[in-house]
Amino acid sequence: MTQDPQTVNRPPDSSPTSTEASIAVGHPRNATNLGRGLVSVVARWEVLLIVILAVVIWEGNQISPFYIDWTNFGFSTGGTMEVAIMALAMTPIIITGDIDLSVESMVGLSGAVLGVLWAGGLPLQFGIPIVLCVGLVGGLFNGMLVTRWGLPALVVTLGTLALYRGLAQVVLGTSYVSNFPKAFTDFGQGYVPGTSVPWTLLAFLTAAAIFCVVIHMTWIGRQVFAIGKNKEAARYSGVRVATLRTALFAVSGMVAAFAGVMLALRTNSVRSDNGSGLTLIVVMIAVLGGVDINGGKGTIPGVILAVFTLAALQSALRLAGVSSEYQNVTIGLLLIFSVITPQLARQFRVLADRVRQGRHRPVRDPIPGEVVR
Amino acid sequence: MASNVAVGANARRRVGALIGGFARSRELTLAVVLVALATLVAARAPNFLASTNVVSVTALAAIIAIAAVGEALVIITKNIDLSVESTIGLVAFVVAEVLKQHNLPIPAAWAIGIGLGLALGMANGVVIAIFRVPSIVATLGTLSIYRGLTYWVANGHEINSNDLPAGYTDAASRSILGFRIGDFQFPGVPIFVVLAVFVVIVAALALRYTVPGRQLYAVGSNAEAAATIGIRSQSTVFLAFSLCGMLAGVAGVLWGMEFGQLYASSGTGQSLAIIAAVVVGGVSISGGSGTVIGAAIGALFLGLINNALTVLLLPQEWLQMIYGAVILFAVSTDALIQLRSQRAKARSRIR
Repeated sequence: MTQDPQTVNRPPDSSPTSTEASIAVGHPRNATNLGRGLVSVVARWEVLLIVILAVVIWEGNQISPFYIDWTNFGFSTGGTMEVAIMALAMTPIIITGDIDLSVESMVGLSGAVLGVLWAGGLPLQFGIPIVLCVGLVGGLFNGMLVTRWGLPALVVTLGTLALYRGLAQVVLGTSYVSNFPKAFTDFGQGYVPGTSVPWTLLAFLTAAAIFCVVIHMTWIGRQVFAIGKNKEAARYSGVRVATLRTALFAVSGMVAAFAGVMLALRTNSVRSDNGSGLTLIVVMIAVLGGVDINGGKGTIPGVILAVFTLAALQSALRLAGVSSEYQNVTIGLLLIFSVITPQLARQFRVLADRVRQGRHRPVRDPIPGEVVR
Repeated sequence: MASNVAVGANARRRVGALIGGFARSRELTLAVVLVALATLVAARAPNFLASTNVVSVTALAAIIAIAAVGEALVIITKNIDLSVESTIGLVAFVVAEVLKQHNLPIPAAWAIGIGLGLALGMANGVVIAIFRVPSIVATLGTLSIYRGLTYWVANGHEINSNDLPAGYTDAASRSILGFRIGDFQFPGVPIFVVLAVFVVIVAALALRYTVPGRQLYAVGSNAEAAATIGIRSQSTVFLAFSLCGMLAGVAGVLWGMEFGQLYASSGTGQSLAIIAAVVVGGVSISGGSGTVIGAAIGALFLGLINNALTVLLLPQEWLQMIYGAVILFAVSTDALIQLRSQRAKARSRIR
């Protein structure tokens, strides 16, 4: 068993008094203190996200009369669902203190395999399960390297980020495959009949419901948070840490493969560079959704809100005529500020506590930028 | 009889320790593998050693090596900088744009490039060290922000080598110390390589013998202990990111010299190659160990693999896959060696 530095270096702020759902601002330390209790509700990250979402929608409505419109809703959410569904699977991985950078390459690899199988004459109803198995195996490979050999998830998935993209290039070369059958592209592009709800949004919401129940209402979810708080303690209390972490990577691989299928069917084309650059957005959604990159904290509802915030923002920028390169700048800025804000709030709270209590609370400074590996 | 067995075991252990020590010196192992690989490729493809090929391999490897030295400084402090490729791209484009618009001497271009790189690195440092944003999140953000700035500067245009002064674009092919003895012509050492070697030596000495250099290791290996003995981790991490940005700036200027043709997307994907070089070079991603010499050899190693595919006429599609396999192989062997030595230690303690 290798020594795990993160259990030693965990800042005291993540003491058991903080619920993983609340950001650091609201510690309901004194239940009778109504004011503080109110603050803890209002200062929840999800509430803040709802405010941001409302502001974005209000601004978007100022930009264009077509913004608040079912057609635009369908269009702007439909295009985000691949990253959205991957962010769901990324959330428990980040909560346990790991990260999976290889998802974007798995999108490319699954698309490439699907394309080759389809071009070879295999019907998609057989091709898609095969591709999902490819994703499962790729995720298992990540998980085994991380847990059995004790390698840092960051490096392993950086390696497989290159490896899976390389496999996609070997499988498909520089060619491309398109002309998937209409019954399937309808899933990627079409809407539930009679509504403006894209099929992919329905798929995302189903997946989100499953993830939400599993992470927040079952023993699996409790164990995920336990691992994120303290791996050693979790192990000694009977959590099968290695197995669970491996399983999470396997799920992430399979979900990424499914996202690859969604992307292939939505764009009706497959190239070996499908999905490149998506990891940034997936991690961004998770972080924006209030998942702590150092592990131990995060909620699925927060991530769902982050998905819709991102979709609303992208749609507003698109209607304002901002090109996609600059949209990425906005996403990058949002990413950094979504982390700075709670950090500042936490420092402010520490300062306020010191002033109130009139004594120095011993707070260890974490290494700036310290990332759990 | 019993003593005989003990002596044999002792000798075996000593040989084992020697081999283990050799295998554990990543720089040495990598250098041996590097030479072996180069010999193999040269035997299969004679044009591998042609001076134009050597210059082009080493020029690109030198650029990556300089950036990898900066990245190594950051990774030693247990952080990571994913934004180097965008820094390289932005610096390369801005320097070329300035040279295109104004008639400036080359040293001024250098000053602009290094200054801009330093500023971008310091911006990372502020966000990470002062605002306490995890480095992976912060640099994921600046990766796209700096790239967006490049698109803004480029404004839909690209820069051709005819737009640039000859002194700038010629530099990549210039070399020093060339000589001729009778029929034997030594083409000299490309100045990119000279510069990279200089950077590596200065960084290696600074890391080994200066106080800030040691502090980088201290913060990366045990922040608690470092804080206890009075090292300010905030300023140390800020320093690492600033230097990383500055070296990425140097790499950016060289990038412009090497390619001449610049797009807003120039340099995309190089962060992976740079971090791969650092990791393959034996710098631990969990901080506190590794050397810049290893990182530089790692860069040369990956550059060689890249070129080997070309000269051996193997499909370029394999490159990404081989990169990934090499990274995984390098970190796995590290972990296995560590596991072995831990077990061996445990066994000897029982005895």
